[in-house]
Order: sequence, then structure tokens, then C-alpha cells
Amino acid sequence: MARIRLEQMRHSYRPQPRAEVDADWALRDLDVEWADGGAFALLGPSGCGKTTLLSLVSGLLKPTHGRVHFDDRDVTALEPGQRNIAQVFQFPVVYDTMTVFDNLAFPLRNRGLGEAEVRTRVTEIAEMLDLGAALGQRASGLTADGKQKISLGRGLVRSDVAAILFDEPLTVIDPHLKWRLRSKLKELHQRVRRTMIYVTHDQTEALTFADQVLVMLEGQVVQSGTPVELFERPAHTFVGHFIGSPGMNLLPCEIDAAGVPRFAGHAVATASRELSGARGKRTEIGVRPEFVRLAGEGIPVQIERAADSGRFHIVDARHGEHLIKLLVAEGQPVPEGQRHLAFDPQHTRVYADGWAVA
Amino acid sequence: MSTRTHNQKAWWLVLPVVLLVAFNAVIPLMAVVNYSVQETFGNNEFFFEGVRWFQQVMQSARFREALQRQLLFTGIVLAIQVPLGVAIALAMPRKGIGVSICLVLMAMPLLIPYNVVGAMWNIFALPDIGLMGKGLNELGFNFNYTRQPVAAWITLVAMDVWHWTSLVVLLAYAGLSAIPDAYYQAARIDGAGRWAIFRHIQLPKLKHVLLIAVLLRFMDSFMIYTEAVVLTGGGPGNATTVLSIDLVKIALGQFDLGPAAAMSLIYFLIILLLSWLFYTVMTKDQTS
Repeated sequence: MARIRLEQMRHSYRPQPRAEVDADWALRDLDVEWADGGAFALLGPSGCGKTTLLSLVSGLLKPTHGRVHFDDRDVTALEPGQRNIAQVFQFPVVYDTMTVFDNLAFPLRNRGLGEAEVRTRVTEIAEMLDLGAALGQRASGLTADGKQKISLGRGLVRSDVAAILFDEPLTVIDPHLKWRLRSKLKELHQRVRRTMIYVTHDQTEALTFADQVLVMLEGQVVQSGTPVELFERPAHTFVGHFIGSPGMNLLPCEIDAAGVPRFAGHAVATASRELSGARGKRTEIGVRPEFVRLAGEGIPVQIERAADSGRFHIVDARHGEHLIKLLVAEGQPVPEGQRHLAFDPQHTRVYADGWAVA
Repeated sequence: MSTRTHNQKAWWLVLPVVLLVAFNAVIPLMAVVNYSVQETFGNNEFFFEGVRWFQQVMQSARFREALQRQLLFTGIVLAIQVPLGVAIALAMPRKGIGVSICLVLMAMPLLIPYNVVGAMWNIFALPDIGLMGKGLNELGFNFNYTRQPVAAWITLVAMDVWHWTSLVVLLAYAGLSAIPDAYYQAARIDGAGRWAIFRHIQLPKLKHVLLIAVLLRFMDSFMIYTEAVVLTGGGPGNATTVLSIDLVKIALGQFDLGPAAAMSLIYFLIILLLSWLFYTVMTKDQTS
């Protein structure tokens, strides 16, 4: 078990990356710290560098710049086998010719453990993963979720594992089993309290699994926080837009002479205070549909349509060329025609060049 | 009452294929079957002999010896080529310019006509002027494949290994390239050594291509003719007279059509049987 710290991390797949060209880098200027025993997620679209980051932690890749620390030990130069890391891959990796038991025993036997101890550990972990009945079977005969459990089990059997890394482990799992495996993971984390890092592009997976989520975009961490923080205080328009369903409304705005943000001429009260620095940048007002409500006065809109999403209606309201989404709770009348909208100032922010203004 | 129109014109459409298969396979094979049960003294006169030729072939020491030589030859080349081919494939580079260079080098022996391969090795191994033959004699080995059965066998096996190991290499290399990176990464994380990776990842994943490689090499080496005829002509004496060489001697040298036909059929059945055996043994795991 270990606290994991990445320091000044930069990584490029090119042989000679140019320091000043962002496109040359898969990861840029990363400083991350993961506390011991926590559940963490790396969330971002395909190609944002999250798998690269995971490989740097596991040691499958060596960073172009920067150091990796496990607790106070610098492991940057160590091989994956020496780092005591376990990893579950996108596609289940099992040793086909071995039984489930031998698969789980493999990392222990490679490390020279005695057969008696191997048996105890494997039996215990198999029980935990509900694989007890399958121990004698060929691993190749199992279903995809069973194989992923074996992959996970090969990490859990090792008592010395510093962290377990998951690289989109539910990609090939049938939808109805995804939910089960996800809750199993959460349950296991609570039982074993190992550091777990989970890479995904699925916000539901990230937000349900992790205590802390790192949202990544184009090789950079745009925000790190609890699921609630990411939802209520997105630090970047990307976070607002990527997390939440539907995503955050983004409306272009101008900062007037008095320092008040105006959307299409209407003054909007926001939680952003230090707006003087935002002048001259591309400014937008960001507000989640959850924090937009119908009001007697405010921004005049034309209601275009409402879609029933179960507990809410998602309502599309148009002001000029801009579409504003809001949620109307089930049971409330669905609005029509010309209405006015107001934003909750506590949850409305100004974004300058994409970044939230304090 | 059926209202369906029976249109016999469809037969004309399948006729080309029927003719092709007939002339290509069925008629020649039936001609062999026909010869195998008859005796002829020329003049296109045939006399029915039943299974006499089959009995004669099965009981002849000559056939048994040729078969033993054939089995020995195939056994030796399989035992060398399959492990060697896998070893070379494992040692080949995975990326960069080296890949193309290796693949071209490996493909080259496969592109050389059989009789040319035979002629090349014939000259290469000559004790007085050949690079290999002369070289070995200079080093103090008494090596003369035209006189010594062992030397003839060494040359024959070396030639076949040179000519055909590439096939195993290319198949194994393709098989290795198809293994996803995640397996190697998982093995590194699980602390597996080089041997464990080979034993538990590479070998199981190569199983299917190796099955193909063994079958192809078995059938080809069991039917070796051209290279061996050009290299040794079956000699010295009968030392390298394998089945196909013996068959041609009987059929075209002695013009014993009946025994030759019976022998062809027995030869064919042996190949079929052994191929089936290989296949069954090597795929047994999946069905159980």
C-alpha cells in the first residue's frame, strides 16, 4: 500500500519532443498526489492521456521528464514487476492454458512463495471474488466478467501490492453485468482498502467508484475533486460539459464597465468575483441545467421542447441563437411559450478562456 | 399437386465445375485405382488381379525400408524446423527497419524453385569444389555425400532445413505479432520471467499456427521428391530413396504400373491417416 505522487511529469511518445509545442506531448506538467488506500478515477475522452498516465504509474512506460514516488521511495527507474503494482486491462488477460487457481497463483509463484501460502491466499481471494467454485476450471472457459475478476484477483492475491490500476475494465462486459462488477469493485475497495486508480471515459463509472476524480483533457488535468465538487464547481468548461447529463449551459458574455457579466445585454449574477482579469479573454457564463429555473423576470426565452428523462423533463429554451437547457421536476407543469429564466447565482460562474473565474 | 416448375437447365450451370473436378481429381484418381487392380503387358491389354499388388507392396521389404527412411526424414526435419522456426521468430525484431529485412531474408528460400534448391546444394556440398563439402574436408572431416549414406542424409536434411524453416518462422512470427501487448504487460506486472512468458503466453497463443506449420511441413516433407532427386538421386545406393523416389523408380523406371498404382494409393492413405492423427492430437485440448 502506498501514497502515490507524480512530480513534474511530462511524457512524449516522440523521440525528440519540442518543449514548447504542446502537440508533441501526451502528458504535460502533471503534479498529482493520491493518498494511500483511496479510490481514484481518471476521467476524460479518448486520447486525453489517461492510459499514458496509468502506464507511467505502473512502470510500463518511463516518463520523458519527472519522477514517480510511492510513499517516499522514488520508483521512476523501476520495472513494473518491482513496483508491486497490479493492473486490470481493458480486455481480459488470462493465461489460457492454466486453471483459474493457477492464474491466481501465478504472480505468487513467480515471486517464489511457498505452495501452502499460495493455496491460502488464492482460496481467500477467490472466495472474495465469488470464483471459489470455478477454481479448478480452465480460465479460458470463463465469461468476460469472470476473466476480468481473475485479472483483478491476480492483483489482490499479492499482499504487498502498492496499488491496483484499472484501465477501462468494463469495456467488454455486458451491460447487465457492468453494474454488478462495478458494485463488486466498490465493495472490494472498502474491504481491502488498497489504493485503486480507475481509468474510464464513462462519468457514471468514475463518479460511482471514486472518492476523488481527475478530469483530463489533452494531456492535462483540468480538475481534481470529489464527484460533488466536479458537479457543483466545475473549474473548466470541459468539466461542466463532460460531467452531468445534460452538460452545463455555456453562454457567451461580456464584462461591462462596472464589472458585471452580461449575456445578450442581460446582467447575470454569478459567484465569480475577480472579473477584472477576465477582460479581453473569451468569456462565457456557465450554469448547469439543474440550477436554471423559470422566473417572473430575467432572460426572456421561447420554450422549444421538453424531453422526459424520468425524474425530470429536460426543457430546451431559446434566446436568440442560444439554447439554454433546464430541468423541470416530474409532477411540475411542463412550460410552454414565452417565459423568463433565472440562474442560481451560487452555481453560476464566469469562464475566461475556458477556466472558471474565482 | 405441385405447381413448381422443374427446370433442368440448372444442371448446365454446374457442368463446368463438375467437369473441372472430374478431369482434375476424380478421373486421374480412378485411373490409378484402375491400374492398381490390373496387370498389363502393353498393347493396351489389361488383366484383373484383385488386391495382389496391394499385398505385394505391403509385404515387400523395399517398400518397408523406403517408408522407414521417409518417416525418419520427416521426423528429423520436423524436430529441427519447428523449434528452430519458433526460436528464430522469437528473436526477430518487432519494429523498425529490421522487420522488413528479416522478412525478405526469410522469404527468399521459399521463392527458389525446388530443382534449383537441389542443384544449389548438390554443388554446395561437393567434396572437391563445393563450399560446404570442400570446407568440411579442409577442416579434417571426411565428407562425401555421393559415397557416404550419413553425409548424404546430413546434406539432405540441411537442405530441407534451409529451404523450409522460413515457412515455420513466418507463420510463428505472424502468430507472435497477433498477441496483444496487454498480455506482455500483465506478465511483466505479474513478475513473470522470459521462460514463463514463453510457456504460458506465447506458446499457447502460437498453438494454432504451429498446428498449421506442423501439418504443412509434415505433408510437404513426406512427399519430398524434386530436391532429393537432384541432390542425391536416392543414393548412395538406396540410402536416401524415400517413398516418392521409390515410387517414380517403380512407375517410370521399371514401368510396373500395377504395383506403382497400389503403392501410390497406400502412400496417399498413410499421409491422410498421419495428417488426421496430427490434427486430432493437437486439437484434442479444445474439445475436451
